[in-house]
Amino acid sequence: MKVELRGIHKYFGKNHANDDINLTIPSGTIQGILGENGAGKSTLMKILSGYFHADQGEILLDGKPVKIASPAAALQAGVGMLHQDPLDFPPMRIIDNFLLRTSGDFFPNRKHAAQDINLLMKEFGFSLDPESYVDSLTVGERQQLEIMRLLFLGARVFILDEPTTGISAAQKAKLFETLKKFPEQAITAIFVSHKLEDVEKLCDRVAVLRQGKLVGQMEREQGKPFDNKKLVKMMFGKEAPLAPRQAYSQEGSVLRLNDVSVEDARLKIRNVNFEARAGEVIGLAGMEGSGQGVFLRACAGLIRTVGGTVQVKEKDLTGKSYHVYKNNGVEFLPAARLEEGLVPGLSLTEHFQLAEKAEGLFIKQDVGVKLAQERIAAFNIKGTPVSAVESLSGGNQQRALLSLLRTPLSLVLIEHPTRGLDIESVIYIWSKLKERCKQGSAILFMSSDLDEILQYSDRILVFFNGKVSQPLDAEKTSVAKLGEMIGGRGWQEEPTA
Amino acid sequence: MKNTRISNFGFQILAVVLALVVTSLILIAAGANPLDAYKNIYAGSFGSFEKLSDVLVAWIPLLITVAGLLVTFSAGLWNIGVEGQIIMGGIATTWIVRLLQDTTTPPALTIALAILAGMIGGALWAALAGALKTFGGVNEIFGGLGLNFVATAATIWLIFGPWKRPGVASIAGTEAFNESVWLPTMGDTRLSLWALGLAIVSIMIVYFLLQGTYIGLRLKAVGKNPKAAYLLGVPTWQYSMMAFMLCGAFAGLAGAMQVMAVYHRLIGSISSGYGFLGLLVAMLVNYQVIWSVPVALFFAALNIGGIQLPIILKLDSSITGILQGTLVLFVLMMEGVRQRFMKRAGEKQ
Repeated sequence: MKVELRGIHKYFGKNHANDDINLTIPSGTIQGILGENGAGKSTLMKILSGYFHADQGEILLDGKPVKIASPAAALQAGVGMLHQDPLDFPPMRIIDNFLLRTSGDFFPNRKHAAQDINLLMKEFGFSLDPESYVDSLTVGERQQLEIMRLLFLGARVFILDEPTTGISAAQKAKLFETLKKFPEQAITAIFVSHKLEDVEKLCDRVAVLRQGKLVGQMEREQGKPFDNKKLVKMMFGKEAPLAPRQAYSQEGSVLRLNDVSVEDARLKIRNVNFEARAGEVIGLAGMEGSGQGVFLRACAGLIRTVGGTVQVKEKDLTGKSYHVYKNNGVEFLPAARLEEGLVPGLSLTEHFQLAEKAEGLFIKQDVGVKLAQERIAAFNIKGTPVSAVESLSGGNQQRALLSLLRTPLSLVLIEHPTRGLDIESVIYIWSKLKERCKQGSAILFMSSDLDEILQYSDRILVFFNGKVSQPLDAEKTSVAKLGEMIGGRGWQEEPTA
Repeated sequence: MKNTRISNFGFQILAVVLALVVTSLILIAAGANPLDAYKNIYAGSFGSFEKLSDVLVAWIPLLITVAGLLVTFSAGLWNIGVEGQIIMGGIATTWIVRLLQDTTTPPALTIALAILAGMIGGALWAALAGALKTFGGVNEIFGGLGLNFVATAATIWLIFGPWKRPGVASIAGTEAFNESVWLPTMGDTRLSLWALGLAIVSIMIVYFLLQGTYIGLRLKAVGKNPKAAYLLGVPTWQYSMMAFMLCGAFAGLAGAMQVMAVYHRLIGSISSGYGFLGLLVAMLVNYQVIWSVPVALFFAALNIGGIQLPIILKLDSSITGILQGTLVLFVLMMEGVRQRFMKRAGEKQ
């Protein structure tokens, strides 16, 4: 099925998430969509699959304009989406998952469905037991189930959103094998990813999005790989001219990691050795979910390490809780401001009262209000002491979060310090953070904005699939180099997926 | 700001009116004149000094329970187990009285120890629900509900087993305590000024706890966003446990008052549903401690006022329960309507 997107625009408030996207995908091709986090890939795919409505533009399938009002309508038109997290019902059997989404008779025909499932499995070489429960399957097998279900429901265009995250190498090979069978049946696959190597292995054509715009397309020449350098350049744009860097690096270790290993459900980070000095800013680069988030939380005691030791100012805090870290001058600022950082429903004053050390049992209101007034002025927050935090704008919430940091601090750990903020706030927040460096705090932060990482870090750690690079000197590296590395290229030894 | 307060009040009045309308319709369906019924409820609650004292007798355990529930509500916890915590308070109190009343212990000390035991009993029972939630991942609603059944069963077992009356065991309860350990009551009424004083002190303690202390602020933070509270340095699970135990202690105190001041024995239904009624009141006042005083009084008046309905109007007294229930439902519903209304008004601007 041929897919044409014409002049697609989508706004979220002031944010222009899709800016005049024109893309034609011939029938029976595997189209890669590349781009950074927040480039607009997911928005575009959600428009095509009926989750969002475009503010402008039209979609043509096989040359006919179509209105896609809902995911169900998309599927009826032949467009199916394979989500990053499978949309299935884990406590139910495979066959029931199938029957659930088919409209039809009051009494489901289990025998018939089982035959269909077996037929599809034969065709694609899957082997799943229709009577087994979904929660006993691996992520890869659940993908297979979802692919079969979409085929069963008549999908002719497949959208795959980051499908290689969280599955094994063997399952990835199987997935690619399956996808490569699609063109024979004139099924079109759209493969959304930030992994260059996957796109390279699989796709016939690539389109690159950046900041909501389609910035380039490339077609595979017969037998030749894509030009990687060009793709990276398209993804991240040109290097921005950098303002002079300020370094406040001082003597003295603030954080020392010896052979630290951390795990979560998806990733294993093994044997990291690293030392941060006072006043230093360390940027953690990597695509979302490459391990930098886990790493940052492990440095705060929010995730327990599974091996090695963590020392803060030469004091061993391995295995201690975040509150022990906090008492030793470590603070963590989460990216989800209203979900994790601030307490909606409480005022700014109440936040300062919570964050500061309590003196006595009873709250001294006047002291709290005075403190709030001081901080509001010092951090240029647009709000009053009685303002509820949820009534503040994003930039002001971030300033409020920063203003809650206690003094003195050894180490500040920040997730996405400036995500979603206007440039004025970005500059202000970093000036405040650099003040902390001058006072001797080290800062570790993660960001998906490579320019931000290059601009404000002294050293950079790159993460790819749980692997951590040696610290890179920020002055001697470039956006292009970082872009390649976070896509899994240019490592001294090839990182194992 | 002023406008929102007026519209707030308007919506609440509307909720009360709607609750009255629905209850009236039910009364009409039952073949009774609603006005007569309301008149009788009023006469049955505030009509005479005896009636009024009965209302206060009902108000005491209700207000103490609400005081405890406001603590758990602030911490974002649905302490359905409060009913069982009242019962456990009653059981613990009875146990101490039975242990000490025939010894040489001075009656005043026995009373004090018994009340204290009631508070501890309630707190421990609540700690069980809290531990199930914190360490076992059992939602406090389900844990509390289960523990309520256990507490009721324990009362029945005690009344018919180890603590049965000599001769015939009966659901009417254990043998009455020696009169020397009864909390003194006013004149011919069942109203104990001691109990009344404890109820007022309870609600005042909670008022100051939630309004003016760091403990109250941290409880609220845990209730509104436990993740952020933890990052801001609040030991979250400890505070949840503390909220449970505080609420349990108040509930236990309510149970102790029922045993010491009203029934002077352990009876089968010692909690009399005050736990659930307390949940309704706590929901209705929406964290505003001050309001719980009149609202609890109103609910107690409905309970007492309904008693004479069967005699006079041949209506079951449960009709006041309908009024209480619909009132809460409509107030919660109008709150939802108000928020939508405000949102839409905000969008228009």
